[in-house]
Amino acid sequence: MKKKLLALLLLSGLLCAALSGCGGGSAGPAAEDGQTDGSTVPDAEPKVNEITVGIAQDLDDSLDPHITVAAGTKEVMFNVFEGLVKPTPEGDLIPAVAEKYELSEDQTAYTFTLREGVRFHNGEPVEMQDVIYSLNRCAGMKGEEPLIPALSAVKGIEASGSTVTITLDQPNTEFLSYLTLAILPEDYDQQDTAPVGTGPFKFVSRAAQDNIVLEKFADYWGEPAYLDKITFKIIENADSILMSLQSGAIDLCSHLTSTQVAQLGDDFNVEEGTMNLVQAMYLNNAEKPFDDVRVRQALCYAVDKQGIIDLAFDGYGSPIGSSMYPAFGKYFDDSLTNYYTRDIEKAKALLADAGYPDGFSMTITVPSNYQPHIDTAQVIVEQLKEIGVNAEIQLVEWGTWVEDVYNLRKFQSTVIGVDASNMTARALLERFTSDYDKNFINYNNAEYDALFQQAITTASDAEQTDFYKQMEANLTENAANVYIQDLVDLVAVRKGLTGVRFYPIYALDLSTVRYEA
Amino acid sequence: MKYALKRLAMLLATMLLVSLFTFIAFELISGDTASAMLGTEATPERLEALREELGLNRPLMVRYAEWLFGFFTGNLGVSTSYRQPVGDLIAPKALVTLYLSLMSFALIVVISIPLGLWSAGRAGGPLDGLRTAFNQLCMAVPPFFTGILLSWGFGIVLKWFVPGEFPDLSANFAGALHYLLFPAVALAIPRIAMTVRMFRSTIQAEMQKDYVRTAISRGNDRGEVLRRHVLKNAIAPIAAFLAQTLAEIVAGSIVVEQVFSIPGLGRILVASIANRDYPTVQAIVVILAFWVVLAGMLSDLVSQCIDPRLRLGGGA
Repeated sequence: MKKKLLALLLLSGLLCAALSGCGGGSAGPAAEDGQTDGSTVPDAEPKVNEITVGIAQDLDDSLDPHITVAAGTKEVMFNVFEGLVKPTPEGDLIPAVAEKYELSEDQTAYTFTLREGVRFHNGEPVEMQDVIYSLNRCAGMKGEEPLIPALSAVKGIEASGSTVTITLDQPNTEFLSYLTLAILPEDYDQQDTAPVGTGPFKFVSRAAQDNIVLEKFADYWGEPAYLDKITFKIIENADSILMSLQSGAIDLCSHLTSTQVAQLGDDFNVEEGTMNLVQAMYLNNAEKPFDDVRVRQALCYAVDKQGIIDLAFDGYGSPIGSSMYPAFGKYFDDSLTNYYTRDIEKAKALLADAGYPDGFSMTITVPSNYQPHIDTAQVIVEQLKEIGVNAEIQLVEWGTWVEDVYNLRKFQSTVIGVDASNMTARALLERFTSDYDKNFINYNNAEYDALFQQAITTASDAEQTDFYKQMEANLTENAANVYIQDLVDLVAVRKGLTGVRFYPIYALDLSTVRYEA
Repeated sequence: MKYALKRLAMLLATMLLVSLFTFIAFELISGDTASAMLGTEATPERLEALREELGLNRPLMVRYAEWLFGFFTGNLGVSTSYRQPVGDLIAPKALVTLYLSLMSFALIVVISIPLGLWSAGRAGGPLDGLRTAFNQLCMAVPPFFTGILLSWGFGIVLKWFVPGEFPDLSANFAGALHYLLFPAVALAIPRIAMTVRMFRSTIQAEMQKDYVRTAISRGNDRGEVLRRHVLKNAIAPIAAFLAQTLAEIVAGSIVVEQVFSIPGLGRILVASIANRDYPTVQAIVVILAFWVVLAGMLSDLVSQCIDPRLRLGGGA
């Protein structure tokens, strides 16, 4: 009997070996991974001029920058791609693939002069046709759906020599910010898996749910990157991120929580920036009872932002009062931040006035993969109890959130952070105009719509700023949402490394990160 | 022979059913591949165009038939999130999970059998209560927690391995196995506790039986009876249990992979479900179903080998 058992075990072992043999034959992308750091002894030798960066989200998206949707993917690929212009940490736009640009008298024609000697990562020089191709593709100039909807305002793209002229149907002071769109080589069809751009780092490899490797691009036209190689390691689990930092497996990691930072130990410096998100409890303004402004205001009076920040974020975070965050400088109106100060009596009175003297029940839909939003919602639930509102958190998967809440608008309220896809106030404010297809809260305010039209048609920057501020005030006064904060972005950086810069958009620029001499 | 064919048919039927159910489940949950791909940038026009491109507008059964045809002709399709052939994508991951599971299984077998015997022999002894309590604790602590403890203890404090730095399996095999040892332990602990407990209770139940009492009363040595008679009768259910464990380990490895940042099947499965990447999910689910059914068959076979009474018709 025992012999038979033994034979069976052996057999199953053989079977497994055979199976594994099959798998080994088709070694996937993992095999291409150049990271063959043989030693398992931690930090036996100092790493050469390279770092490993921890990221919580995989780049499970198309890597084609014109198609990429996920913020996490854009954040990493910021190092690989550039447009005619590129953003600076201060929020300005400076020429990149273009050397300079001119704006016509009537402000409808932008003329860009191509920079000499810019090369793609595949070694090819950037030609005018590549620029035209990239612009046409995003603007949908050949009749297809524009990849960037705002570019549908482009009337014509014309090249002559080393200049390209883009004409618009009307002046648009924010148009330039869309030209951060990546310039890609024409006739290259593997952009979505092996992307090629012009940035300071080039893409080397990606192993799903494992790592992404970038290397310094030697022929970069501008200030070269300091590091030779960056490996992004995907670690979803919060405890594992912490442990990987402590073990030396990763050297840098952004978007940490205050709890994680508190446990880091002495090997790290912590840089503090902002996530550049408008975190709020977004309310479906078309759904009862949030169709009544008094109810929305009551919620605003009942929620204590600072209380949330103190309780769930150890005091890190900047409170906000409208759909604008402080990094936007001139557009940000700090006087709106404390428009509603916590006042339980007032909130109760407003509710009674609206016909809910005993409060009501509501659901807060929160995507389960964003812990900060879940924590925030939990504090809100407690705070709302005091005015008799019984809120219940409904955790949903991200894909479900996108479909049900964002696309189909089937929700009551949700805690989420909304970002600006580019550095314009318009990106944050246009979404609440009544006919905008991303107006997921169903905000419908004629005055707001009118202000927006005025803002985008004026040619004066000062006037435009003023209109935008009025729009922000409109959102606050009508309590479109319960605004909370711009979340803090805590970045752990191993001591000896320096040069982390924060941008007013979601980007992790590693070109300036270096080892201290 | 007839029996083997029957099992094979069952295996195929199970895999087909599982893949069909997965397909239908994908249809029922909110959000489809196109909306997951476009995320917050979806517009009705772009969604429609993408659905058209991916063929999502066709009826469910047509798509399933197409997938099935591809599956049998060795074409698993292209991952919609990674834009890479599914075979290339999951082969290295399957390998990692396989090694992790086998290591964990080896640990379970090697540790729990002697430990079970030892524990059964000392049932009712002075420290029995303590042993039972410890056993309960090991069973109750979930692998992710053990995983964190192990990472901290052996990784951060003792520095026996670097948590978060899993070496590439094809480039550094020994290093990868060394790393996998720790998650394998995390995975094995509750299973070992369960096996030991099972061992103990099976043997104890067996010891109560008349033939044992008779054997002992006739002057046979207690230990001798345990080894020569009791074990033979008790081993069948335990072997079956162990084979079943093989299937359960794979399920448990999903969590452990995350804690130890190992690029295995579990993590890619979770990510693919979130991305509504159905070609990838389908392939992984079928692999897992195959594994589970295989473990079940193994369990039956082992029992039948050991205990002739369980052999079904034609066993002679």
